[in-house]
Amino acid sequence: MFDYDVLRVIWWALIGVLLAGFAIMDGFDFGVAALLRVLGRTEEERIVLLETIEPTWEGNQVWFILGGGAVFAAWPLLYAASFSGLYVAMFVLLLAFIVRPVGFNFREKVENPRSKLIWDSGLIASGVIVMLVCGVAFGNLFLGLPFRFDGDLRMSWDGSFFALFRPFALLGGLVSLSMLTAHGATWAAMKADHSIAVRAANIARIASALHVVLYVLAGIWLAYGIPGYAISGPVVTDAVSNPMFKQVAIGGSWFASYLIHPWFWAAPVIAIVGALGVQIFVGRRGFAGFGCSALAVGGTIASAGFALFPFLMPSALDPVSSLTVWDASSSRGTLLTMLFVTAVFMPVIILYTAWVYRVMRGRVTLEHVRKSHGMY
Amino acid sequence: MIVDPDVVGLSRLQFALTALYHFLFVPLTLGMAFMLAIMESVYVMTGREVWKRMTQFWGVLFGINFAMGVATGVTMEFQFGTNWAYYSHYVGDIFGAPLAIEGMMAFFLEGTLVGLFFFGWDRISRVKHLLVTWFLALATSLSALWILIANAWMQNPVGAAFNPQTMRMEVTSFKDVIFNPVAQSKFVHTVSAGYTMGAMFVLSISAWYLLRGRNIDFAKRSMTVAASFGLAAALSVVVLGDESGYTVSENQKMKMAAIEAMWETEPAPASFTLFGLPDVKNHETRLAVRVPWVMGLIGTRSIDTPIPGIRNLVDDAKVRISHGIEAYDAMLILRENKNDAQASAILAMHDKDMGYALLLKRFIDDPRKATPADIEKAADSTIPNVPVLFWAFRIMVACGLYFIALFGYAFWRASKRRLDGRGFLRVALWSLPLPWVAAELGWIVAEYGRQPWAIEGVLPTALGASSLTSGQVWISLGGFVLFYTALAVVDGYLMLKFARKGPDGLGLWPKRPDAIPPTAATA
Repeated sequence: MFDYDVLRVIWWALIGVLLAGFAIMDGFDFGVAALLRVLGRTEEERIVLLETIEPTWEGNQVWFILGGGAVFAAWPLLYAASFSGLYVAMFVLLLAFIVRPVGFNFREKVENPRSKLIWDSGLIASGVIVMLVCGVAFGNLFLGLPFRFDGDLRMSWDGSFFALFRPFALLGGLVSLSMLTAHGATWAAMKADHSIAVRAANIARIASALHVVLYVLAGIWLAYGIPGYAISGPVVTDAVSNPMFKQVAIGGSWFASYLIHPWFWAAPVIAIVGALGVQIFVGRRGFAGFGCSALAVGGTIASAGFALFPFLMPSALDPVSSLTVWDASSSRGTLLTMLFVTAVFMPVIILYTAWVYRVMRGRVTLEHVRKSHGMY
Repeated sequence: MIVDPDVVGLSRLQFALTALYHFLFVPLTLGMAFMLAIMESVYVMTGREVWKRMTQFWGVLFGINFAMGVATGVTMEFQFGTNWAYYSHYVGDIFGAPLAIEGMMAFFLEGTLVGLFFFGWDRISRVKHLLVTWFLALATSLSALWILIANAWMQNPVGAAFNPQTMRMEVTSFKDVIFNPVAQSKFVHTVSAGYTMGAMFVLSISAWYLLRGRNIDFAKRSMTVAASFGLAAALSVVVLGDESGYTVSENQKMKMAAIEAMWETEPAPASFTLFGLPDVKNHETRLAVRVPWVMGLIGTRSIDTPIPGIRNLVDDAKVRISHGIEAYDAMLILRENKNDAQASAILAMHDKDMGYALLLKRFIDDPRKATPADIEKAADSTIPNVPVLFWAFRIMVACGLYFIALFGYAFWRASKRRLDGRGFLRVALWSLPLPWVAAELGWIVAEYGRQPWAIEGVLPTALGASSLTSGQVWISLGGFVLFYTALAVVDGYLMLKFARKGPDGLGLWPKRPDAIPPTAATA
């Protein structure tokens, strides 16, 4: 039932779910953090904004940590090649992630405007940096990265940190920035005191519109300006994981997989419909505005993953070294064991996460934070 | 291709610094979480407000520490990929799984519930909040379990075999990886060390309040919890440390011999060197004070099994290197033609020694062309840093024994309701740093003592590094040092600030020493 190739596709989908889970669940934390001084004009308003995310951001960040662990377990070559190749970018990303736990916790512990300004700057920077770096990294995937493997499967990289700032990759960064800013704003519009929520809804509409425009632009650019990668010759889907055994041709279209699997079009459609939904529902009662934004985020990420399929990380330096779903995975035994573990624990995680959100439901009002700010 | 030695050295330094730093916070989280759960249990069972206030106050300090642990843990999860890419490729099939399971089974629970611990007091019932605290404590220890299963595999790589087609180790039995005997003893030893640290933290700060005459009832109750919990934890840390020692002597004979600075194989049962000055050049230990029999008993739990000395182990390594070269040669043949039966047979016979051939890569590109002099050098490179291990181990053990004595005495005083002797309180206060000393030294014994291996007998550390430039690693190393130092200053400042403020300063306890503690009605 679980043949090697089936397991590989399942794990490709699961990593996609984790990535989308990270973007949807933690993405609004980044958006809110980035907008901290835009939406929060007074200290009290900033406390309200922070208290909308403080009880849950820590669990949300685990989507990212688990994403790292799951890529390590399921796609060790991808984990090794991407993290070491993008060394300086990863370091910057890590610093952004390190600032957050201490920023959220320590900010409230010193009543001094200058100290608060420093922590706020850290939180804002961390939000913006994570959104940008993730988007730029995704954009770079479509352009191919400068790496190759030798016979021992040791990777070498031939490019600098600054070489990653290519125009299309930067556009990817802007797509991510606008998308998650909108996402954070829809969260604030749903959870924060009404006075802040009105402002947040306006920002959500603008950022979300920007997201759609940039996203469509990136799609057009990808279709007409950027050569796609394809496996040439026989596609062996259940062979051992060694990327050097295949042939790769550059010059096709990144939309080729959309022609083979027309249902892939659902992803970009959901992304755009979700973003339009944000325009309609944000600022109204209920969950719909934020929910539509989550669809926009999930659809955007899925559409990018679909376009890359079966590639995970194409190599521009030595196309044969490109990592694909068929040749970069763990052994069948590891994939199967991890699938079993995931099937048991993912539902449990979703259950208790949902329970915590239920407990913390409702708006955080100015009146509430004047009375008490949690013993955090 | 071999990685620039500077990159290896700098990456090792960065890993050691970031791991040691992370390990300043993690054990305290482990211990404090359980202390909070115990205090809150008393609150829920007795309904007495003081126990809730205790949970909340120690919870504030727990929160500061927890944030640091989470922040520095992010680095650890990703550093294997950034700095140890070849390691990640070579053993990711096995090593990645426990890290991912840790995320799903433990860290998700921990991260999700910690917010509710702080923000949930007025939103959920007492019993539900207590459950949250207990699950939080459980999750922190479960997290340690999976990390130590991963770590134990580095010390004792069971349940895996090399695959020449993919150039990596692959799982043959997950059961063996999970039920690795090294993992079990390491897990209990490490979490007990954390519980000891948590107990000392509460004991010392409470002692300070008593010395200042503040928060008296509050501090005495806290001390009683700390003394009982700490005594149990300290006993467990030493007993399971002994179990750890036993598994090390089975699986990592070189580490054991280095810890003992035992150059020659002694007739069984070996003596324990209480004191000595290991002389690395001449392979001897000067001014040694030896206790007969003890080492043989601890290391082998018998009186007739010898413990091999360093020189014998180096000779063994030479044999394994030559077998390893045969395996390496067979591996290269198999890579070209996977159906070569003769090469398969050779690899099957010697694959456990292939890692030893990889030791040669530090000295020559192609292990098959090794001269006897190269083999000699590679065999010598299997000796870890003897003086450091020798002393780190002894100081750690001395700390462990001291903890038993201190918590035992505190427990006796608590049971006699005599927690007010100033001498005792001062000793309790000034013992605060010792659990950190012991924990960091424990890490050094376990991980520095594993060198030159990343995976014992399988993959030398020098081969595991990423193909980076030293400039890149300098940037990250410098960045981490700066950033972590700044965080340490802030963390220290906040810890001191809130410990000084105390429950009275935070409005959780009346300021006057003779005041009646608040009841649920007045709170």
